[in-house]
Amino acid sequence: MEAIVKKRIKQVIKGDQNAFGEIVEIYKNSVYQLCFRMLGNRHEAEDMAQEAFIRAFVNIHTFNQDLKFSTWLFRIATNLCIDRIRKKKPDYYLDAEVAGTEGLTMYSQIPDKTPLPENEVESLELHETIQKEILKLPEKYRSAIVLKYIEELSLNEISEILDLPLGTVKTRIHRGREALRQQLQYV
Amino acid sequence: MCPEQIIELMHEYLDEEIEPDKEQILRDHLQTCKECETIFNELKKTIAFVKSISHMQAPDNFTANVLSRLPKEKKKVKLGRWLKNHPMLAAASLFLVLMMGSLYSTWNQDREFSVSKQKNLVVKNNTVIVPKGETVNGDVIVRNGKLEIEGEIKGNVTVINGEKYLASAGHVTGQIDEVNEVFDWVWYHMKKTAQEVIDIFDQPETE
Repeated sequence: MEAIVKKRIKQVIKGDQNAFGEIVEIYKNSVYQLCFRMLGNRHEAEDMAQEAFIRAFVNIHTFNQDLKFSTWLFRIATNLCIDRIRKKKPDYYLDAEVAGTEGLTMYSQIPDKTPLPENEVESLELHETIQKEILKLPEKYRSAIVLKYIEELSLNEISEILDLPLGTVKTRIHRGREALRQQLQYV
Repeated sequence: MCPEQIIELMHEYLDEEIEPDKEQILRDHLQTCKECETIFNELKKTIAFVKSISHMQAPDNFTANVLSRLPKEKKKVKLGRWLKNHPMLAAASLFLVLMMGSLYSTWNQDREFSVSKQKNLVVKNNTVIVPKGETVNGDVIVRNGKLEIEGEIKGNVTVINGEKYLASAGHVTGQIDEVNEVFDWVWYHMKKTAQEVIDIFDQPETE
C-alpha cells in the first residue's frame, strides 16, 4: 500500500490530480474520522478534512518521500483541527487548569456522579456519550487519545505526528486515559 | 491508599511497554487490592469504549469535493493522461498530422503547370482550351493553369490551383472540381485515396 501511495505521490508532484484522487480515496475515512473526533461536528469535520487534503496537495513538494505519507497527512489534519479548536474556544471558559497537569481543568477531574434521567439515558447512544467525553478533553490530550485509540497508531508515530518527544506523548495519553476513566466509569 | 507507582504500572501495561518483572508486581498487587483492580478494569473498559466508536466513513462525494477545490491542473499533464488513456486515438491523430504535413508540402512543391494528355486539347502558355465543336473523351485534369471549355468534355473535370471558364456552348458530362486551397487539396487527396481503395475492393466483383 505504501508503495502505491509513493507512486501516486510522484505523479501528483508532476501535477496529476487524478493520482491525488486515489490518495484521497485511501485516506479519506481516517482523516475525516480524526477531524470528527477532534471537533465533534460533521460539517466542520468535513471542512477540515478537505482542507487537510488540499494543503497536502499544494505542499506536496515539501513532503519528504522517505517518510510515511500518512504521518505527514495526519500531522496536517491534527494541526488544522487544533487551530480550529483554539479559534472557536469561547472566552467564558472559566475553568482553571489543574496545577501540574498541562491543561486538565477541574471540570474534567470531577466524576459525573449524578445519574442521567431515565429518558435521557435511553435517547443518548453510548457512542454519543463517549464522543462527548472525548470532546471534553483539552485538545492536547484529545489529539493523543484519538490518534492512539481511534486511528490505532503506535506511540512512535504519534510522537512524529504531534512533533513531541515520546515521553510527552505517553504522559498525554496517560492523563487522557485517566480523565476518560473518571468520566466513563459509571456508564 | 495504593502507591501512585501502581497506577504508573497500569499505564505502562496499557501502553504494552511493561517489563515482565514489573508486570508481576502489578498482577500481585491487583489480586490483593480491590480498589486498584476496579481502576484497572475501568481503564481497560474506557479503552474498549473509545475503540468501539472508530471506523467512521467519510461523507459521500468527499473525494470529488476535494478535487473540485484543488488549483487548476497543468494542461500538459491533462494531455499526457488523455494520450495514455486513448492510445488508438492518439496514434490516429498523430497519423493525420503527419499526413496533412506531407500533403501540404507536396501542395507547395507542385507549382508546375501540367495537364492530362488528351487529343483535341489546345495548350497556349498556361491555358488549356477545349475548342468549339470538339469532343474530348476522358477525365481532364489541369494543374496550375486555366481551363477554357468551349466544346464538350465526356468525363470529369478537375482544376487544381487554377481557374475554369465554361462557355455557354461548352458542356461537361461528368463532375467539375476546383481545388484552390490547401484543405481542398487534402480533401481531394483523401477522396482520391478512398476511391482507389473502393476500386480495389470493387474489382474482384466486377470480374
